[in-house]
Amino acid sequence: MHNMTLAELSRHLEQGQFSSVELTQHFLNRIEQYDKALNSFISVTAEHALAQAKHADILIRQGKAHPLTGIPIAQKDIFCTEGIKTTCGSKMLDNFIAPYDATVVRKCQEAGLVMLGKTNMDEFAMGSSNENSYYGPVRNPWDLDRVPGGSSGGSSAAVAARLVPAATGTDTGGSIRQPAALCNLVGLKPTYGRISRYGMIAFASSLDQAGPMTRTAEDAALLLEVLSGFDERDSTSLQDPVPKFSQHLNDSLQGLRIGLPKEYFGAGLQPEIAKTLEVACKELEKLGAHIQEISLPRSGLAVSVYYVIAPAECSSNLSRFDGVRFGYRCENPKDLEDLYKRSRAEAFGLEVKQRIMTGTYALSAGYYDAFYGKAQKIRRLICEDYQNAFKEVDMILGPTTTSPAFKLGEKKNDPISMYLSDIYTIPTNLAGLPGISVPVGFVDNLPVGMQLTANYLQEARLLNVAHQYQKVSDWHLRTPNGYEK
Amino acid sequence: MSIQQNDVIKIAHLARLQIADDEIAGYTVKLSKVITLLEEMNQINTDGILPMAHPFDHAQRLREDKVTESDQRENLFRNAPQAEAGLFLVPQVIE
Repeated sequence: MHNMTLAELSRHLEQGQFSSVELTQHFLNRIEQYDKALNSFISVTAEHALAQAKHADILIRQGKAHPLTGIPIAQKDIFCTEGIKTTCGSKMLDNFIAPYDATVVRKCQEAGLVMLGKTNMDEFAMGSSNENSYYGPVRNPWDLDRVPGGSSGGSSAAVAARLVPAATGTDTGGSIRQPAALCNLVGLKPTYGRISRYGMIAFASSLDQAGPMTRTAEDAALLLEVLSGFDERDSTSLQDPVPKFSQHLNDSLQGLRIGLPKEYFGAGLQPEIAKTLEVACKELEKLGAHIQEISLPRSGLAVSVYYVIAPAECSSNLSRFDGVRFGYRCENPKDLEDLYKRSRAEAFGLEVKQRIMTGTYALSAGYYDAFYGKAQKIRRLICEDYQNAFKEVDMILGPTTTSPAFKLGEKKNDPISMYLSDIYTIPTNLAGLPGISVPVGFVDNLPVGMQLTANYLQEARLLNVAHQYQKVSDWHLRTPNGYEK
Repeated sequence: MSIQQNDVIKIAHLARLQIADDEIAGYTVKLSKVITLLEEMNQINTDGILPMAHPFDHAQRLREDKVTESDQRENLFRNAPQAEAGLFLVPQVIE
């Protein structure tokens, strides 16, 4: 059961080959068996899941089911779940029981998906390795000494190890696509505003976007149909109609123009990854695509711009954690200032504090124009680079990461090297464009990803290309050793 | 431009983060490294470019001014570290 895709599970449930309760119990057993080593879940909500599964079985029998009804899913612990602990990977929220459901969670519930639990993540989604979680690092099922990527590393490890067929993630600078690449999954960051941010704990509000993490593009399309759509509770939610993404999967790629940004294939990229992408490009050409070189001249500055804008927005967003209304409060505060300062110092981890301080600095009097103002201007130039590129091509192809999964601890004390590892994914967030990572091969027995970026609202085209590529490749069918049975 | 220890103390205060004396040196080094990275932005001339705050440059959507939410007071107070009679309690502020 655990090797089936969402599409296959849906068919089997409908035909009564197994029930949602059986399926749910099967995955709960796998979590029990494997997750001590992986640490991909912060909370497993077995009782809640079995109750949802029972209800799903009734709906299926009555013929009232959505195609995904009864299928298990995991939610990144950044999404608020009513009555269930929602930590965002932080000691700050270790005691926080969310008073309402995030729109993403509500939509999954309405479709009848069964939530198995909440997945581990870098604290407040700040990190690229999942080593910044208060609940301990997550390990990559492809090699337990390596990171699963971050910040949605719990989701990626859980789906890769077949502990759950699909999970949600969030992506502020690559946090869906990078862990997907490092764990051999499809990870889609939709256009900014496509999926509601309501109830998704904010990190950098002008960049944050939720998305699906699955093994196939078809599954990503099915889940995206559930997650997308206008929400009046999110002031930046897009009102554009949501297409049936799954109906475009088999569109022809004849005449599709794909651009390879020369800046993405320079010195920073491990040469073996460049080679796997070359091979993938040949496959796409066979399917009718035309490949050409393009340029995104200002993309090299994206990391600097991002590490002004994201910390600036985070320092503002995280000021709500003051020890007064919810979350952690220090013992015996001597006055209000002491309460603020010690509650925050004791409950935030090192990386979060560092980013709050960077953002505070960048926004402080005398530095605002030099940092925040400057970064916002270059953000516009980076956007213009994309729009210039989209005059020549329909889609941009490049690596998702500079290297395969690195070892735990390898970059922990070198924030700059960790930051630079997101160099290919960050520009997409700055522009608000949709991007997808698709399994494209292995380097040293570790998975690597191909990133496709398209213009606004073109998720259907991205999924279409990813699906066509998966029809002629089998990387996504590989399972990490020890998790097949 | 490198960050000095005094800057770190000032920033930590602005961010309302308690910082121990033995942590100041570490933050000074790390923040200096980050700021050096950010200064790469100066390579590029941005005269006359409008700052971009949001991917779509949207104006905030307006809605009708009507009550849409029910009273959640009790529900929301459940997560309060210390509350009494519908109030969040903090150390005394006014003598």
